[in-house]
Amino acid sequence: MMKLKWMYAGLIGLGIAGVSLAQQGPVTIIGLVELSGTGATAGTNFNNGVKLAVKEINAAGGILGRKIEYTSMDTQSAPQTAKALAQKAVDQSAYVVMGPVFSGSFIVSMAETKRAEIPNFTGGEAANITQQGNPYVFRTSFTQSTAMPKLARYIKDTVKAKSVAMIWVNNDFGKGGRDSMTKALEAQGIKVAADISTDPGQVDFSAAALKAKQSNADALFVYTNEEESARALRELKKQGYDKPIIGETTLTGQKVIELAGDAANGAVAHVGLTVDAPQPQIKVFDEKFQKEYNYKSDHNGMKGYSGMYVVKAITEKVGKFDGKAFAKAMHGATIRVKDSPGVLLDVHFDDNGDLDRESFLVKVVGGKQVVTATLPPVQPIQ
Amino acid sequence: MTDLVQIIVSGTAIGAIYALCALGFTLLWQASGTINFAQGEFVMVPAFVMLFFLHTAGLPLWLAFLLTCLVAMLLLGYTFKRALVDPLIRHGVIPLVIATLGLSIGVKQLVKAGVTAQAMPFDSPFPDGLLALGGLKVSYADMGTLLLAGLIVVGLQLFLNRTITGRAMQAVAQNTDAAKVLGINVQRMVLYTFLINAILAVVAALLVTPTYLAKFDMGESIGLKAFYAAIIGGFNQTRGALLGGVLVGVLENLVGAYVSPAYKEGVALMLFLIVIIFRPEGLLGKSEERKV
Repeated sequence: MMKLKWMYAGLIGLGIAGVSLAQQGPVTIIGLVELSGTGATAGTNFNNGVKLAVKEINAAGGILGRKIEYTSMDTQSAPQTAKALAQKAVDQSAYVVMGPVFSGSFIVSMAETKRAEIPNFTGGEAANITQQGNPYVFRTSFTQSTAMPKLARYIKDTVKAKSVAMIWVNNDFGKGGRDSMTKALEAQGIKVAADISTDPGQVDFSAAALKAKQSNADALFVYTNEEESARALRELKKQGYDKPIIGETTLTGQKVIELAGDAANGAVAHVGLTVDAPQPQIKVFDEKFQKEYNYKSDHNGMKGYSGMYVVKAITEKVGKFDGKAFAKAMHGATIRVKDSPGVLLDVHFDDNGDLDRESFLVKVVGGKQVVTATLPPVQPIQ
Repeated sequence: MTDLVQIIVSGTAIGAIYALCALGFTLLWQASGTINFAQGEFVMVPAFVMLFFLHTAGLPLWLAFLLTCLVAMLLLGYTFKRALVDPLIRHGVIPLVIATLGLSIGVKQLVKAGVTAQAMPFDSPFPDGLLALGGLKVSYADMGTLLLAGLIVVGLQLFLNRTITGRAMQAVAQNTDAAKVLGINVQRMVLYTFLINAILAVVAALLVTPTYLAKFDMGESIGLKAFYAAIIGGFNQTRGALLGGVLVGVLENLVGAYVSPAYKEGVALMLFLIVIIFRPEGLLGKSEERKV
């Protein structure tokens, strides 16, 4: 009888030790990223950004003394795969899920993380991601409904265009951007002269470029994913298109410039994040990223990196690894660079999970992004 | 009017690239009864091989192109024939079709995992800029594509019609048994066809990759459209492949410019369906009778 008591006591002791070890062991963060398919450029960069941040955080002792165990899974840029992998991330008891980057994949996969009350960060920009009342969704980039009005104002005030042709990609990201931009242009009294939809992964942009030329609009707005943006720019140059080409972050991304070559020169875009921004902490990030991966990060790399540091900052604020408490603390949170340099720019999250911060107008000159203006946040960050 | 001419010239240029691939389809079919559904990947692989010679080995484009032709002839011509076609063709077309479908997936995954899943830039062999002919403006890239593709096609036709080897290849394509009786080395002629197909794929890669970008899945679209083009023109006629390719390219551009770019990708399929229903042998093809 005495022996049995000791055995029970031993088992209970082992159990307590196990729980305690689990609480002190590494914390699981899972990346659902586009490592192949049409989103490979975006997903790979986002993933590399997260990995760099994780490496730095772990080297500095982790979060609340616990190391991060980051695993990335390839969604193959397919929403159904993203959904299945989100379920897998839930099964693996992820503390936070990073990605997918593609809006279409994220809209499908976020239901799984919501059900499990796991905070989920996205690189997607589609406006409707944060309009569905999911309290566990947070952005690493601007929503289209914030970005497009800034761009429409630029088209009216600086380009002085009265009509605009639009080439957009027919997926959730592209449709959302097209709708937001149409609304923003209308508000500025600018006419949409041609509304040209293209397919995700489209390789031949000759017809789209021809249609844009035929519209005789004062400027062209291009809103497609990275590889398609490069192909569109190449085709526009080939056809001698000579009107201003304007876009959002994807148009002048580092990978787009690399793929489009000279054809990217002259393109103007509103970008949420760029390694060419003048802020010193961004320069530091640029150097670290290049040292780690031997290439220059695009905005997606910065999204992944800064997103991971947001996770660190908020977890430390909450003081424990609790998804529910994390999500609650994120709403209305402001994180400053002076407290957490990894967030790269002072950032504020609203109740929907949308973020606000400074942004930039860039122009591609000689194969490089040149920041022509720094735009303030929509609401001053208090 | 100038717009229309520009659209037709640009469509003919991309159609010429489809035609090069379609030509490969018809040549292989005629010579050996092979339908190669990895034809698109036969364009993708040379693109990456050329990039290797250009960027890693630092060779000039002309040398990279020539070396890629050699690699392609060895890999996509000789090895493809000996390792896949020869063992399977005796079992009929279907096992071979399935095998080439498998090859297509395998090659894509190999490049994706072993090289990169991301797109890579590929410089155009032609200068930038537009050639002004009166009111008409045509890009040097389109003109160059048309000229090079035209040169290859004319050269191939001359080779097939004016040389003993070319005629022997045609004889094999028309009647293998009769060609054997006449003392033609059938196996060698068939091999030549595979080697020519490999070179056509390299030329197509050189012309199309600057626009499509080098990526593991870049062959999907071109392979499918070339197949449609070959059916549309007539699978048993090399001239048919040319007509099919150009027709698809021009119609795609016309629909894209005057209807909507959204419908452009469906043009080849629609044309394919119409031809299959009303003229299954293709526009220039000849009906073939087969015993069942």
